[in-house]
Amino acid sequence: MFYREAGQFKTSYKSDQAIFPILQDRIGLGLIVAIALIGIPFIATDGFLNSIMIPFLILALAAIGLNILTGYCGQLSLGTGAFMGVGAYSCYKLATIFPDVTILVHILLSGFFAAAAGVIFGLPSLRIKGLYLAITTLAAQFFLEWMFVRWGWLFNYNESGAIQNVPQKLFGVQITGAAADPVTRYLVVLSIVVFLTWIASNIIRGRIGRSWMMIRDMDIAAELMGIKPLNAKLSAFAVSSYFCGVAGALMVFFWLGSAEADVFNINLSFQVLFMVIIGGMGSLIGSFMGAAFIFVLPVVIRTIPRVLGLDIGGATVEHVSTMAIGALIVLFLIVEPHGLARLWQIGKEKLRNWPFPYG
Amino acid sequence: MKFRSLAIALAATAITAGGLAATAQAQEHYIPNLSYRTGPYAGGGIPFANGFGDYFTMLNERDGGIGGVPVRVEECETGYNSQKGIECYEATKGNNPLVYTPLSTGITLGIIPQTTQAKTPILSMGYGLSAAGIGETFPYTFTYPTSYWNQMSSILKYIDANGGLEGKKIGYIYLDAGYGKEPIPVLEALSEQMGFEWVGFPVAGKDMQNQGSQWLNVRKERPDWMIMWGWGAMNATAVKEAIKTRFPLDRFIGNWWAGANADLDPVGPDGKGYLSANFSGIGTDFPALKDVQKYVVDAGKSQADADKVGDVLYNRGLYNAVIIAEAIRVAQEMTGKKELTGADMKIGLENIKLDGARLEELGLAGFAGDLIGSCKDHEGGSPVFIQQWNGTEWERKTDPIEPMLEITRPLLEDAAAGYIADKPDWKGQTCS
Amino acid sequence: MLSEIFVEPFVLMADIPDLLLQTIWEGFVAGTLYALIALGFVLIFKASGVFNFAQGIMVVFAALTLVGLYANGVPAWLALIITIGVMAILAISIERVVLRPLVGQNEAILLMATIGLSLFVRGVGETLFGGETKTMITSELGLPTGITDWNVFDGRVTFQHIDIAAVVIAVLMVAGLAVFFSKTRIGRALRAVADDHQAALSVGISLHQIWAIVWFASGVVALVTGIMWGARSDVSFALEVIALKALAVLILGGFTSIPGAIVGGLIIGIGEKLFEVYWGGLLGGGTEAWFAYVLALIFLLFRPQGLFGERIIERV
Repeated sequence: MFYREAGQFKTSYKSDQAIFPILQDRIGLGLIVAIALIGIPFIATDGFLNSIMIPFLILALAAIGLNILTGYCGQLSLGTGAFMGVGAYSCYKLATIFPDVTILVHILLSGFFAAAAGVIFGLPSLRIKGLYLAITTLAAQFFLEWMFVRWGWLFNYNESGAIQNVPQKLFGVQITGAAADPVTRYLVVLSIVVFLTWIASNIIRGRIGRSWMMIRDMDIAAELMGIKPLNAKLSAFAVSSYFCGVAGALMVFFWLGSAEADVFNINLSFQVLFMVIIGGMGSLIGSFMGAAFIFVLPVVIRTIPRVLGLDIGGATVEHVSTMAIGALIVLFLIVEPHGLARLWQIGKEKLRNWPFPYG
Repeated sequence: MKFRSLAIALAATAITAGGLAATAQAQEHYIPNLSYRTGPYAGGGIPFANGFGDYFTMLNERDGGIGGVPVRVEECETGYNSQKGIECYEATKGNNPLVYTPLSTGITLGIIPQTTQAKTPILSMGYGLSAAGIGETFPYTFTYPTSYWNQMSSILKYIDANGGLEGKKIGYIYLDAGYGKEPIPVLEALSEQMGFEWVGFPVAGKDMQNQGSQWLNVRKERPDWMIMWGWGAMNATAVKEAIKTRFPLDRFIGNWWAGANADLDPVGPDGKGYLSANFSGIGTDFPALKDVQKYVVDAGKSQADADKVGDVLYNRGLYNAVIIAEAIRVAQEMTGKKELTGADMKIGLENIKLDGARLEELGLAGFAGDLIGSCKDHEGGSPVFIQQWNGTEWERKTDPIEPMLEITRPLLEDAAAGYIADKPDWKGQTCS
Repeated sequence: MLSEIFVEPFVLMADIPDLLLQTIWEGFVAGTLYALIALGFVLIFKASGVFNFAQGIMVVFAALTLVGLYANGVPAWLALIITIGVMAILAISIERVVLRPLVGQNEAILLMATIGLSLFVRGVGETLFGGETKTMITSELGLPTGITDWNVFDGRVTFQHIDIAAVVIAVLMVAGLAVFFSKTRIGRALRAVADDHQAALSVGISLHQIWAIVWFASGVVALVTGIMWGARSDVSFALEVIALKALAVLILGGFTSIPGAIVGGLIIGIGEKLFEVYWGGLLGGGTEAWFAYVLALIFLLFRPQGLFGERIIERV
């Protein structure tokens, strides 16, 4: 009875095409945004923001990026980590070449470099698909990772070979660097992620997004109906890599503070892919849920013994948590291969009638 | 955010936020150890963490801590992964940590700005950012007892003393990451000055155990000496490849992370002659180590196997603990407080004086070279010595070799200036 | 610049022919071992359509079990037998617990399941054996360890006996598998399954049994790989990444072709060594990290079906 669209009549095409046509969705989303924007900054501790909320949002953005490619366009990629790296390195270069321009501009621009890299390494998708394509994206992963190490210009030839956070102020408030308040950093990340998620949802609902889904569902039929696979696939690679690139830049500037090439290794690609699969392919809300499951759950598992005051060695905790995460992933894939987003949908359907047996 | 202090009481968030929920603090010296007992480099991380922890356990058992206050070491597993390193830092920073020891260059770089802000020292012992040895620029970062750059200069000095460097060709095989590329500026600078030629052989982290082409290149280039900056599985593989290539092992020198027992055990007697740099003593023939065996290992309070005590990396972890323990003692003496903060600890580290006499008092006579810190010098400039593998054990081969500070110091200063170039608000310190 | 690319490397090859021979031999050995790992992938993919990312951790797990048993006083030969037994149990449990419930799922889901599996196996391995580096029991297993020189062209080509043994064992394994597939009942059933699941089921072939057998076979392949790479360096969790190299071999050779895996392995092994030694310097070295993949990618642009794959007629 709580989640019923009955009685909500649309009197114009505009209102029928709204992102959230159902009132309850609008209220729920408003509530979530309000909590994220106002509630969390008030109650959260620094540690909670720094080691849970900020990484969660950044990884969710990366998961949205990969979801566009894998979930909406059906092209499997294992090069996410490297595309995030392109974003991070280009943001660092932009920030050091133009130190007077605000970092927010650099972050949004850096995604375009990642998009370019994505298009180049997306070219094979025109000839191959499925797992073969996934393995060829490993070429992007390893080649770019090697380039981050070898091309000194990318990290301004500094001795440590790592890129560093560039401290910057916006309107007199420190937003990056160690001096920045975690709440400020959190709010900046939150705004960027919310903004880009909104953009993503609109692209997906539009003509481009629909052409991706047609390619995913049946490429031959799509081509017969006038969708150019070239445009659709490469635009999916570009948009997806843009999101990943921005996430990579955020990762260095708002989360890790510095990064060696190794940060963007294949394990990061796997991490993000897990978020997409566990969250649910072809679902934006699923990307957030997947990020929560894959990133936050291990943190919580590792924290339990510390909070309970159990004297278990750090290594044992790590072993057990690796095992538990692996087992949970397999279990989850068996129980609900369509991901958390599917569970969410089932839940909503149940809510229509609940607590009554019939509507 | 004034509500925050009140809100911390909200248990739900505190639980997920980890260590912040720590109960009222008892009197203790809290030392988080960002160790790694898992992941691809666990082979090096485990003995180091064992030595580190065991020394403090020994001090607690034997002396009741330092200055009457027990030490609590909390290991936080990083797996050599930056994401987890930051998580560990966040989880431990609320418990009044005295010093951080990340044992990873990547994590060190990530937390330097934060720890500087929070006034908590980092002791990145012989790893991390070499430039951090400049005390004026990096008030809270220490690389005692010495840096990669000094180590490289000592190794070159050894080569110079054993057949000369002039006109020779030096091969440099290194892990293709920030760590391995770190000493290249010194090689460049010294090759001009000392008249030798050098050629690099990078080994990708993924190909640590697959070094065929690097050693083919060695055969192609025919260097007179080889120097290695390796870690983990890369070391044993390199020595095996060197044997296969017939490279004379007594002309193959590893740095101090490429000379552990775990590195040469898989090679065994074939590796006889291989050299490596080191700065901490070998074996258990020191009174302090006997105490560790008596109070910790025999009492079953160690995670280490009894026969691994005294290994190169175990002793290095132990030496790391010795430096911290000594700094705590100095800090207590200088501030007159029993319980310390990170800022007090910095004073202790800057005024540390671990010379021969003091080491003997600690039961570690001859364990390491002199380490004398100062406000300016956060690097120590301690000498390293060269050790040689005799087929089953490491043996000390040379006396301590002093680094060429006159070369490395200006390079360090340049690098430190480069680090803060894009950070206009960076706060250094002035040293009198 | 052009001369550095097109002239000098060949001059160098002609100048020091023994180095060229050595490079090719090194590439051949590495290629054989890549091919062996790729074989493990191909077996499983053919029979069940699963792209098994856990192959790398299986290499580590097998090697650790072997070394761990020996360290606990089990004689080497017995340890070897027990390890094979452990791999069999692992194969059967993977089939029961992971594969059977996931039948018919999307290939991405199956891929993810094997990555999840590899996390689980890593956790188990670290709990049981710890993260310390271990030494492979090469001579205890009766494998040769010496070195032989072949003096040729005023130089020498060095052959490590373990490398020769690796090649011989790899050849024997491939030959054994070939015989197994063509001559035995189970082997023929396996080929039937690879051809058409439905048809195979309808003539009474048990898919579950076949799956368990291919996972066991690739477990044995993993053990052999683990022993060989372990003998070349040491046994630690870092060995896991070795298996990634085999993925490039798969693109080149095709996911379902055994000859493709072998030829692809050799091309990549020899190619990456030649490229690194003669051209790598131009790019600052370390090109082995990506060479195999980029080669495979370029190759695929021209021949999407791989070396020996069947041409798929589909124009999209």
